[in-house]
Amino acid sequence: MNIDSIANGIVIDHITAGRGRMLYDLLKLDELDQSVAFIKNVTSSKMGRKDIIKIDGITDVDFDLIGYVDPEATVNIIKDTVIIEKKKLSPPKKLTNVLFCKNPRCITTIEQEIDHVFVLSNEKEKEYRCIYCETKA
Amino acid sequence: MVRSIIDTTDLSVEEIDSLIETAMDMYEHPKDYAHVCDGMILSTLFYEPSTRTRLSFESAMLTLGGRVISTPSADSSSASKGESVADTVRVISCYADIIAMRHHKEGAAYVASQYSRIPVINAGDGGHCHPTKTLADLCTIKQEKGGFSGLTVGLCGDLKFGRTVHSLINAMSRYDGIRFVLISPEELKVPSYVKNESLKKKNIPYTQVTDLEEVISELDILYMTRVQRERFFNEEDYLRLKDSYILTPEKLRSAKRDLSILHPLPRVNEISVKVDEDPRACYFKQVENGRYMRMALITKLLKEAGRL
Repeated sequence: MNIDSIANGIVIDHITAGRGRMLYDLLKLDELDQSVAFIKNVTSSKMGRKDIIKIDGITDVDFDLIGYVDPEATVNIIKDTVIIEKKKLSPPKKLTNVLFCKNPRCITTIEQEIDHVFVLSNEKEKEYRCIYCETKA
Repeated sequence: MVRSIIDTTDLSVEEIDSLIETAMDMYEHPKDYAHVCDGMILSTLFYEPSTRTRLSFESAMLTLGGRVISTPSADSSSASKGESVADTVRVISCYADIIAMRHHKEGAAYVASQYSRIPVINAGDGGHCHPTKTLADLCTIKQEKGGFSGLTVGLCGDLKFGRTVHSLINAMSRYDGIRFVLISPEELKVPSYVKNESLKKKNIPYTQVTDLEEVISELDILYMTRVQRERFFNEEDYLRLKDSYILTPEKLRSAKRDLSILHPLPRVNEISVKVDEDPRACYFKQVENGRYMRMALITKLLKEAGRL
């Protein structure tokens, strides 16, 4: 299967197979006007299978979200067919309105206007906790 | 943003030591502090029933020469009309100089602090934190033992939902040489995140047991807690666990002579009233210390906010 290479845009490669769709949804790529390719289960010599997302055109992408979903993924920024930047990903320190607290006793269950904020409490375990009630995500 | 106190760890160890010192001085020289908060207004914003904490805050402010405004209960406040915590504290910021807030939802005081123009003191947010109670505990331990180092602290009862337990472990884990003995039924053990963050990360020794009598002779401090009906979703679980530990004079026979028995109160039946006469019972001293610690904290926060 062939997908054209892009001249200007963003390629999110080496996404763990199965996580591409989640990333596509979280990044709200369906709301973009430009071409977006989501390719799943691509054969990879290193990973066996992987997912890839290609976005035609430079756009604002929340790299923290990619770091949260799959810190092992690679992100290349392409301009005039040349890779001008390789983004290094790591789990973000803070996530806003990505995760929602499951604790029924948490204030977020009744306070409508506040953001749902989680902070990285254990980098090794990639563990996030609600800033309000400290419940694990 | 003005400084608020949501958890005990919002205060450094040095600040806590200084608050204890101030509280003791307030106790010994009440006249010197009788007008410290003249003209200041404390709003007690309690969304959940409370007797002692609310009265303690109100007594603290009145003793400092300040005044108090509050609602009789959450049912008669704007919360019953569906007003958010954020809006409520924005409004109260226009009426008072400092807020003491109790709420049944965890994290409510933190939300309040984000929107308030005046300091917020967390007077208990669900099963999460209750910092002023912990300050009273620390003050009592310091008063009884002269310090915190080298103590073996036993915590007994509901260690899962007991917010005072979590706050106390967190606060005491910042002092050197503490050892914890955690005594609870299997279902009410200290949550793993508290153990990980406060004990394991700091290499603080602790043991977990289910039998109080087995360990009582080792303890310098015995912190008893109530199994709280309001923390259970299931009445059956509450009834099954509520009488797990009852402290009696018989059980205290093998305890150290200088043991200090603490309890956050209110108690139901977990400490026999016969224990009240034992000189090792410190729980009513805790109540008194709580008032002075709240006085010290109110004064500190009002000063830091530039209102005194």
